[in-house]
Amino acid sequence: MKKEGKKKIWSEYQKEIADDKFYFVRSCIRQTFFPGSDTAYLKILRDVLGKDVYEDPNHTTCTGIAYHTEVVPFSTIQTVVARNFALMRENGYENYTPSCVTSFGIYSEILDTWHHFPEEKQRTRDYLRKATGREFEEPANLVHTSDVIYKFRNEIAAKAKYRLVNKETGEPLKVVDHIGCHYSKMFPSKGVGGAEYPQVLAGLVETFGGEVIDYPERRHCCGFGFRQYFVQANRGYSISASKKKFASMEPYKPDLIITNCPGCNYFMDRWQYALEEMEGKTYGANGEGIPVLSYEEVAGIVLGFDPWKMGLQMHQTDIEPLLKKIGVEYNPDDKYKGPNGEDLGLPKGLKFIKD
Amino acid sequence: MGALFDKLNNDVRFVEGINGCINCGTCTAICPAAEVYDYEPRSIVNMVQTRDDSIIEGLLKSDTIWYCGECMSCKTRCPRNNAPGLVVQALRGLSIEKGYFIESEKGRQQLSLKRMLGNSILETGYCVHFDHTELSMFPELGPVWQWVRDNREKVLAKVGANYKGDGPGAMRNIAKENLDELEKIFEVTGGIDWFDKIENNSAQKAEEMNLDIGEKTSKSSTYFRHVYTYNTPNKHNRK
Repeated sequence: MKKEGKKKIWSEYQKEIADDKFYFVRSCIRQTFFPGSDTAYLKILRDVLGKDVYEDPNHTTCTGIAYHTEVVPFSTIQTVVARNFALMRENGYENYTPSCVTSFGIYSEILDTWHHFPEEKQRTRDYLRKATGREFEEPANLVHTSDVIYKFRNEIAAKAKYRLVNKETGEPLKVVDHIGCHYSKMFPSKGVGGAEYPQVLAGLVETFGGEVIDYPERRHCCGFGFRQYFVQANRGYSISASKKKFASMEPYKPDLIITNCPGCNYFMDRWQYALEEMEGKTYGANGEGIPVLSYEEVAGIVLGFDPWKMGLQMHQTDIEPLLKKIGVEYNPDDKYKGPNGEDLGLPKGLKFIKD
Repeated sequence: MGALFDKLNNDVRFVEGINGCINCGTCTAICPAAEVYDYEPRSIVNMVQTRDDSIIEGLLKSDTIWYCGECMSCKTRCPRNNAPGLVVQALRGLSIEKGYFIESEKGRQQLSLKRMLGNSILETGYCVHFDHTELSMFPELGPVWQWVRDNREKVLAKVGANYKGDGPGAMRNIAKENLDELEKIFEVTGGIDWFDKIENNSAQKAEEMNLDIGEKTSKSSTYFRHVYTYNTPNKHNRK
């Protein structure tokens, strides 16, 4: 195929990502389990790139996890989403950037529903007015926060202190990219690169000097499955899916798993720990786990942010092997200290930490 | 066409999710649930396409519709642009509306989900909240999480969170006026009725099973613990 033809096909898998003035909304899972990654995202956007990002304390969950467990009906989630859209416009913003991939899927699904079924949109307007007195407009631009980091990947790389390269060997680090299902499987045109060739993380990794691994189960779900995780009786579903991915990627010896979905980050991190406990099996080199990081955590590392202020000590699978490979200058003694250097003791029963 | 099929057709997700299935089985090949459960999304779509209310009622009362993880991988791959995942969502909604969900082991889990996620939304403004992440409920959170929980104020402050603080930030306190608006939305849109339906039907089933359902916030009652943890051996696994 001629290069022009390839470019034309690729152009169909691009999407518009706003340049500035972002309305930022939190994720239930990311803010709970990886709050430092949100901190890193805002620092990159505001301090490194000089962008206007507004966080309104009045916004709430989109209720997506409850919707996907059939705890919240469709009419309710549409109206909660409409309220968040109303708050955005009331604050003078029109570029909506959720930190959560489940939310991104929810917003995409609801906008698509309103497009095809205008009566649903009208009913939502009536509900929102009756419940809150508010009016809403759709966002001018809806993108996930990983899209924003992807858009500015070259600007970030230009200011980076480190690259995703093994300091000892000079070889690119081998990186597994894991895209959340609801980023582009439901609406491929809404994801950079679509569902087949998502570039949102791969492009970032390559810009930062790493090498993306293509492995058989690259597009398999992490196993969240909503009710398949939240109900303890169902967790065999969840851990089986993650295990299938770990076993598939293991022969390629990945140095890092990068994710764009807070849930995926949680499962790829925690199920490695659970599999070690259950089966004595680890999937990284030297009996260690494979570090799992989000896009903004990886960007923060290459920019030289303090790993402990980004909350990387809150990951169950230890990330220090990655920091050492890159050659990051950091203080290992500060890992489990408080904000003023207070000794908080060590987590009990750690296995991924070598003596 | 029967009354149940007509009800399904009133759900826009059902209308979007089914455009004439050709039974190719691609959805089943790609489905993570089909790998572990006795489950085929193809069969579900097939059964619904019969438009036979007795078959649909059987589905609504079965474990089958609760096996899906709603990852929507099926939507990407279907050559006819169907979405079995959306069909499942419509079936689950109707199962709750009709009170049929309590007839299956996996459907009965709905009570635990309502109490964990639904209650959390109205109490904290989020589906998941730090204070509800006990290791007794989620042991895979691991020892690092226990350390975080034991030192929450200091650790969360260090990473820039605003745990239970006013103003913006991760894990901030959601002001009462915002929680009131959420609750009002739930009242107006049928969300509260939905919660009540789950609670009331579950209470009826708990009585039949001679188990205690407890207060509407309880996560320790015998019925909650049963539906949250129990699988009948060899009932659900892929054969």
